[in-house]
Amino acid sequence: MHVRPSDDPNRKSRILSALEDQDASVTLHDPLDNEMILNMGPQHPATHGVLRLLIRLDGETVLAAVPELGYLHRGYEKIAEASTYHEFIPHTDRLDYLSPISNNVAYALAVEKLLGIEVPERASYIRVLVSEMSRIASHLVAVGSMAMDVGALTVLLWTFREREKVLDIYDVLCGARFTTSYARIGGLQQDWTPQCSAMLRRFLDEFRNDLAEIEKLLETNRIFIDRCENVGCLSRGDAIALGLTGPILRAAGVPRDLRRDVPYFVYDRFDFNVITLTESDALARFYVRIGEMKESAKILRQALEQLPAGPFRAGEPKKVLPAKERTYTRMEELIHDFMLINIGIDPPVGEVYQGVESSKGELGFTIVSDGTGHPWRLKIRSPSTNNLSALSTMLKGAMISDIVAIIGSIDPVMGEADK
Amino acid sequence: MNALIVEKLRSFAPAAVLQTDEFRGDLTVTVARNDIVRVGEYLKNDPALAFDMIIDLLGVDMYRPEDRFEVVYTLYSLKNRKYLRLKVRVDEQDPVLPSVTGVWAGANWHERETFDMFGLKFAGHPDLRRLYMPEEFEYYPLRKDFPTMGIPDSLPLPRR
Repeated sequence: MHVRPSDDPNRKSRILSALEDQDASVTLHDPLDNEMILNMGPQHPATHGVLRLLIRLDGETVLAAVPELGYLHRGYEKIAEASTYHEFIPHTDRLDYLSPISNNVAYALAVEKLLGIEVPERASYIRVLVSEMSRIASHLVAVGSMAMDVGALTVLLWTFREREKVLDIYDVLCGARFTTSYARIGGLQQDWTPQCSAMLRRFLDEFRNDLAEIEKLLETNRIFIDRCENVGCLSRGDAIALGLTGPILRAAGVPRDLRRDVPYFVYDRFDFNVITLTESDALARFYVRIGEMKESAKILRQALEQLPAGPFRAGEPKKVLPAKERTYTRMEELIHDFMLINIGIDPPVGEVYQGVESSKGELGFTIVSDGTGHPWRLKIRSPSTNNLSALSTMLKGAMISDIVAIIGSIDPVMGEADK
Repeated sequence: MNALIVEKLRSFAPAAVLQTDEFRGDLTVTVARNDIVRVGEYLKNDPALAFDMIIDLLGVDMYRPEDRFEVVYTLYSLKNRKYLRLKVRVDEQDPVLPSVTGVWAGANWHERETFDMFGLKFAGHPDLRRLYMPEEFEYYPLRKDFPTMGIPDSLPLPRR
């Protein structure tokens, strides 16, 4: 009699014996009435880096999920204790590598708070400019990769085309596209040039239409909307209790934006809205990011308009590196340069915390100083780590296909999450 | 605002407040180790203060004979748009302190990280595992007696 393969009782055992021949110890049960443990990552394209998830499944429903971190842990907080304040700036590039330049200026701001120095107005304006440019660049990746994860590949190509233009401005501004290391304690590495202004103006003019196109492509995309709507919901209370920040918190109905609530740089001089939605699902986070890009463009226009002339480094010779050409020609500056590079700045004893609104949320640095040129302790408060800690709450009860949409809506950067 | 916080805390628990410091406008309140949960609940639930978010939690190895470790809690009040730092001192001989996960759920991963990096044990934490280092790692890397270059063979490569 003919036996269909699926009814063959020996079939399963043949699979099993084949597996056991391969030097594996497996027990197979009926997959339909058993829970399954699924290991996702660290090498998975939808985890945006090296995030590992252990997921307990009942059929297609997620019962529990445990994120595992540390695959990109480089010990930056330990490295910081062995380097001077200036030496740590390049390491901040490698935290959130999608918006390196805003990490640079955030770190410099924290050290300046410890030292008690004011940067010139022009430097503050340039810092606003680069922070908002990096917010646009980072949100473009977030939007594009989230759309790609749920199947709309075209958007990724379009957002990366826009992002390239921002990176080109970085290139002209500081000579690097990714690892910018643009900030200096008390100022910046180089001055903003008229060429940068022209490039940025051209970018902003084009960006309005290009963003509208991207938006149109997704807003009318039935598959994208259906896969993101009511997915990964989180209550307002949970979002606050878990200490979430950035677009995720604002999508949950909490209008917290440090640029407005605890203004730093010169953010109190600009007119912009804090985009807040209440749906708190993956789609709301997407819309918050789209809205924030428009607000960033608004801030950029105002900052370009108001950009004052003047120095771009504070006049504190004992704390701020002198201009390179003066180091080579003047004795005083040579001595200062030597002392600052070899021994470091001498900060007061104390501890400070400075948080800024980076594209992912609140990026903060706690610096404990013992009065020497090296930080005694430098703690990085990374928004990605915090936002990822809500992942198990969001995933509970979701379908297996929602996982990628939810991770995409959190927009974690593992360089920052793993430190 | 800083004066109000100190005053309220002192009247709530006079014995729990050990020290208050102000540096660059930031207030740091040092609290007795066993009172941290009580003080945290008060700060969170008091309607005038309402420190409802935990932004950061970090360990510091002060490398001194007594009270070697410090744990610093950075709190934020959505209502007042205000930061506050709480500080707890922990001795090396008895590196245990109460967990604040019951007050702010967001402290969960921060406490795991502090355990991972300093070996401080948070009593009452629901899931105190290492956050970054592998489970079988024996050392606490951010302690000052752990060398920056690492310890050879402390991280075994996976067997093939």
